[in-house]
Amino acid sequence: MNEATIQVQKLTKRFGDFTAVNNISFEVSTGEVFGFLGANGAGKTTAIRMLCGLSKPTSGWGRVAGFDITREPEMIKKNIGYMSQKFSLYDDLKVWENIRLFAGIYGVPHHTIATKTDEMLQRLGFASEKNSLVKSLPMGWKQKLAFSVAIFHKPKIVFLDEPTGGVDPLTRRQFWELIYEAATQGITVFVTTHYMDEAEYCNRVSIMVDGRIDAIGTPKQLKQQFESESIDEVFRKLARRATRKEV
Amino acid sequence: MKIKVSHLTKAYGTTDALQDISFQVPDGQIFGIIGPDGAGKTTLFRILATLLLPNSGTATIAGFDTIKDYKKIRNIIGYMPGRFSLYQDLSVIENLELFATAYHSNIRENYHLIKDIYQQIEPFNDRMAGKLSGGMKQKLALCCALIHKPEVLFLDEPTTGVDAVSRKEFWEMLRKLKDQGITILVSTPYMDEASLCDCIALIQNGTFLHIDTPGKIIDSFPKRLYAIEGDQRTQNLQQLRNNPYIDSVYLYGDRMHLTFKEDPDPHLPEVVLVTPSVEDCFIWLMKKDSYE
Repeated sequence: MNEATIQVQKLTKRFGDFTAVNNISFEVSTGEVFGFLGANGAGKTTAIRMLCGLSKPTSGWGRVAGFDITREPEMIKKNIGYMSQKFSLYDDLKVWENIRLFAGIYGVPHHTIATKTDEMLQRLGFASEKNSLVKSLPMGWKQKLAFSVAIFHKPKIVFLDEPTGGVDPLTRRQFWELIYEAATQGITVFVTTHYMDEAEYCNRVSIMVDGRIDAIGTPKQLKQQFESESIDEVFRKLARRATRKEV
Repeated sequence: MKIKVSHLTKAYGTTDALQDISFQVPDGQIFGIIGPDGAGKTTLFRILATLLLPNSGTATIAGFDTIKDYKKIRNIIGYMPGRFSLYQDLSVIENLELFATAYHSNIRENYHLIKDIYQQIEPFNDRMAGKLSGGMKQKLALCCALIHKPEVLFLDEPTTGVDAVSRKEFWEMLRKLKDQGITILVSTPYMDEASLCDCIALIQNGTFLHIDTPGKIIDSFPKRLYAIEGDQRTQNLQQLRNNPYIDSVYLYGDRMHLTFKEDPDPHLPEVVLVTPSVEDCFIWLMKKDSYE
């Protein structure tokens, strides 16, 4: 872990007189698993949209995967992967068709897609499902496949927005093993979750309250700093500070 | 028994959504249906709420049969579906009035039931329901499900996608409703919510893996469970999986949980005995189920 894949300085986003993201600064290193936590309405989604080049900051500065989030949003989109529970794969396409589609969108050279697809399915143990429709796959397989598709084009960073919502506990753990594997290969993992035990799997976590980042550090540091037994407890202590009315 | 379900089965085409489900819920209990997406939770709720017919089996709510007496059941239950299903283009207060009126009641009559929850959304009375935040929608939906003072409340994944603090508050509200004598059937994918129920059923692939009190489910974990703290987790995990003493090992928050085939490996002095959680039990039951 050395050079930063995400660098953010005093990033702010206002909608009218409402400050959704308030002056946040942080860095995430290459190959780090970074947990981005916060209560509903704390500003996580707005912050992630700016990091992915989908929304321009009101003020402040940021670089993601080596590109400026204000001036080079299109370059950022090419160099990141994204997956959420709500949007991952197309149910009505076959497994290989989904891979083909996303690989094409992300500019993976055509002549390499077929071989890489076979390699990936082999590694996941899904080779026999290549021609199955995604909707026929068990939930757990779908999630693992969706993650592998999100990093198929070898992005510098992958954003995972509640990737394990509604997934059974065994699959959730296998999913985290895939995350670690990706991180070992140098992919930075930026993840949000409502499962507080998953926060403990991260190298570092940040906790957003009312648009600010009120805590950042390794799970161990945060537990010490807030004299808590678990990240769940840290989270509750911090989230209770929120004064912003949920509107 | 407030809810009695026996041998309920439901298939969609060739997919078995529910297979031979039986359970009972005594009056005034909180009964949790716990399991992942696609396990059959919503199908079960829709059958009990008289919105879907089972292929076979029977269910009664307060003694009424879900097929024969469906009209009677609809008067005595409150149902909060997993998907927000209020009228998005009606305001908060209009939604609430509509539901109260549909049940021949009014807001004043049962105000005490919803007071604690409603007070949090009352400042937004004139806002369209579609424009509320997730947490607010959830509170409004609960008010609408309660406004006719149901005997039984069906809550299908009320806390999915909700942050840890709001989830805790939601469960505190459920406790208070239970104290008012309402029987509650609630589903959730979050295993840490299991301990807040009087009794739970763990559901996977349309079948109940186990039904019992959270305490007894934990007691039924068949092996001694150990934990090991690990820093370089992935490397350790591979090593441990190849260890001949070890039966199973998986990530668990900031540590790993493991069971041994017989005695613990004497070369792993750092392992400590821990109490299993409902998640550990679920994992164990899932694995057992797939071997059988």
